[in-house]
Amino acid sequence: MLNRTAENVARATPEPLARKVRGISDKGLAWLFISPTILLLLAINIFPLFWAIYLSFTNYRANRPNEVVKNLGLANYQRILGDQDIWIAMQTTAHFVFWTIMLQTLIGFTLAWLIDRKFRGHAFWTTLILVPMMLSPAVVGNFWRFLYEPQIGLFSYVISFVSGIPPTSIQMLSNVSLAPWSIIIVDTWMWTPYVMLICLAGLRSIPEYIYEAAEVDRASNWRQFWSITLPMALPFIMLAVLFRGIENFKMFDMVNLLTGGGPGSTTEVASITLKRQAFESWRTGYSSAFAIILFVAVFGLANIYVKALNKVKQR
Amino acid sequence: MKSSLKLALGLTSAIAASTAVSNAAHAEDLTLCWAAWDPANALVELSKDFTKETGIGMKFEFVPWTNYADRFLNELNSHGKLCDLIIGDSQWIGGAAENGHYVKLNDFFDKEKISMDDFVPATVVGYSEWPKNTPNYWALPAMGDVVGWTYRKDWFSKPELQKEFKEKYGWDLGPPATFDQLKQIAEFFQKRQIDGKTVYGASIYTERGSEGITMGAMDVLYSYGFQYENPKKPYEMEGFVNSEKSVKGLEFYKALYDCCTPPGASNSYMGEGVDAFKSGQVAMHMNFAFTWPGLQKDENVGGDKIGYFVNPKGPDGDQFAQLGGQGISVVSYSDKQESALKYIKWFANKDVQAKWWSLGGYSCLNAVVKDPKFPASQPYAQTFLDSMAIVKDFWAEPSYAPLLQASQKRFHDYVVAGQGSAKDALDGLVKDWTQVFQDDGKM
Repeated sequence: MLNRTAENVARATPEPLARKVRGISDKGLAWLFISPTILLLLAINIFPLFWAIYLSFTNYRANRPNEVVKNLGLANYQRILGDQDIWIAMQTTAHFVFWTIMLQTLIGFTLAWLIDRKFRGHAFWTTLILVPMMLSPAVVGNFWRFLYEPQIGLFSYVISFVSGIPPTSIQMLSNVSLAPWSIIIVDTWMWTPYVMLICLAGLRSIPEYIYEAAEVDRASNWRQFWSITLPMALPFIMLAVLFRGIENFKMFDMVNLLTGGGPGSTTEVASITLKRQAFESWRTGYSSAFAIILFVAVFGLANIYVKALNKVKQR
Repeated sequence: MKSSLKLALGLTSAIAASTAVSNAAHAEDLTLCWAAWDPANALVELSKDFTKETGIGMKFEFVPWTNYADRFLNELNSHGKLCDLIIGDSQWIGGAAENGHYVKLNDFFDKEKISMDDFVPATVVGYSEWPKNTPNYWALPAMGDVVGWTYRKDWFSKPELQKEFKEKYGWDLGPPATFDQLKQIAEFFQKRQIDGKTVYGASIYTERGSEGITMGAMDVLYSYGFQYENPKKPYEMEGFVNSEKSVKGLEFYKALYDCCTPPGASNSYMGEGVDAFKSGQVAMHMNFAFTWPGLQKDENVGGDKIGYFVNPKGPDGDQFAQLGGQGISVVSYSDKQESALKYIKWFANKDVQAKWWSLGGYSCLNAVVKDPKFPASQPYAQTFLDSMAIVKDFWAEPSYAPLLQASQKRFHDYVVAGQGSAKDALDGLVKDWTQVFQDDGKM
């Protein structure tokens, strides 16, 4: 049936075109197939990037399309690097990235290590642990906002029950000291399963015979963990850290839903500042410059990190 | 086979023909864009009369308040044709006029004999004029709104509470005339048990994301002596925005937030305020007047249980209130400007305006609000009138957005997060606003 269709197509193809197709090399054919994707990527990824670079040197504002666009040189970059609020937002971002990665890696690896023991019902527990990761961030944000509610929230009630502090005093989202932690807790709850999955893949990739050899050499469990498990799983852990680091550097939805950057500017991470400058203050040129700075920072750090990761893999 | 084909062709032609007829009938349908709130529902009801009179159908695009500005400013900036008519926020008027988003209405008003003298003066300045205080009109005042207060009349009238309050503060518990009195009442109710439930003093605006805390803080600051600029020298803000009186006003707002708001009310705006009042959490509630019809009808807190009062006086007796509300404009990118102008003409009619008020909208037409029967028409009507007489509005400059973002940040940092002093916050605000006007080439 298929052959007949192919024959029909071949028969229906005009001879000049058929000759041309027959003359295409494998490489040419490959280019023919991937060119639509490349064009699409250029249109939706590369062009906007270069456009943003261009805008970052101008005073362009998207809400004033009729205004003359002036070239400002490096003025936007200078202003951003000299802006104290931007540096505070960067510090806040670094604080989130550090603590979320730290907690997610520790808990995620521990969970993976426990699940790897293959105890009874481990498949059920694995599925259960993965549930938060499968939820939409919008749902998670709203769900936790209610949990943190000081008057009716379950979280406040549980903490109050354990500590004896009145629930109305546990204001996770309004208190300057607690608000950053309220976001770190939610992000850790949601994304630890992701780290766990990657770590689990790492642990399962360690050949069993290495442990058998260690057993023969009478290595203790502790020794096996430090000398086999951790080093061999390290590239996977580092990969998880890389993915989560990049994601958390861009963290927006969770912060926006839970605190909106508040109280005050306590939880205002770089992405929230960027959104405010770009879509609330309409400083398009200025925010483009900020986006480029963030892009270069993430790209640079990720590159250094990938080099370190490759070294670890080669050991 | 042939008969089936004929049947199919017949059906297709019939469907095509009916679609064409339907399209022709709705070719002049107008789309009106506004926020999704109670007054918008009233407008849908009201607009049925317009369709009846003119045969022009009305479609509505309502967006929740949280996305209202983002959605429609994007639409205008991209010269979109979605909205033929837009009820845009008062702050947008400068930008919309300068960027050519709205049709200038002067010639149309002259032709149709629509006079701006027929509307409440504050609403004409606030919703229609750009530049301010010049006869250049870009909108017809559509929805009058102002920040005022509601209170639990039933709690205030409890004899035991009245007695205790009088003993403690030396004056009769009732709607406050000054901000000091308002704070005393709020403190009195804070964490008090009423009908077996813990209640709190007041719900005030603290929202960070859009414009909430600015609307709330300004509502107080105006009456304390805050001024945007030197009345004799535009854009000179030093000593006005951060005057001693302004500092005291902002300190008062923070003190009110610290002492007397419900737990967790750090990001509260219109919706949260209504929820706090409706659920019986607070004795007093700051909010725009548009919320009052809904609260009045509420089974639990409305009717005889609710009272209304105008924003109180500051320490020097000054009394102002934050203007809300919007004007209706014709979008310059619309292909149906003729029909849209017909709608404006119809909407400006006295009978339509009277019905608008009766349905829950707030008319700005003098003939409606100055009618001798108006104050008695609703329990909140007099408070609305009194409030509209003392309004002030935020900057309506084309750069209102960065100006607003700056005040949101400075106020929230100080009032809610407790960072720095009121003086620091207002000094910072002068710095931020100066930068915005310098970027605009106005300083």
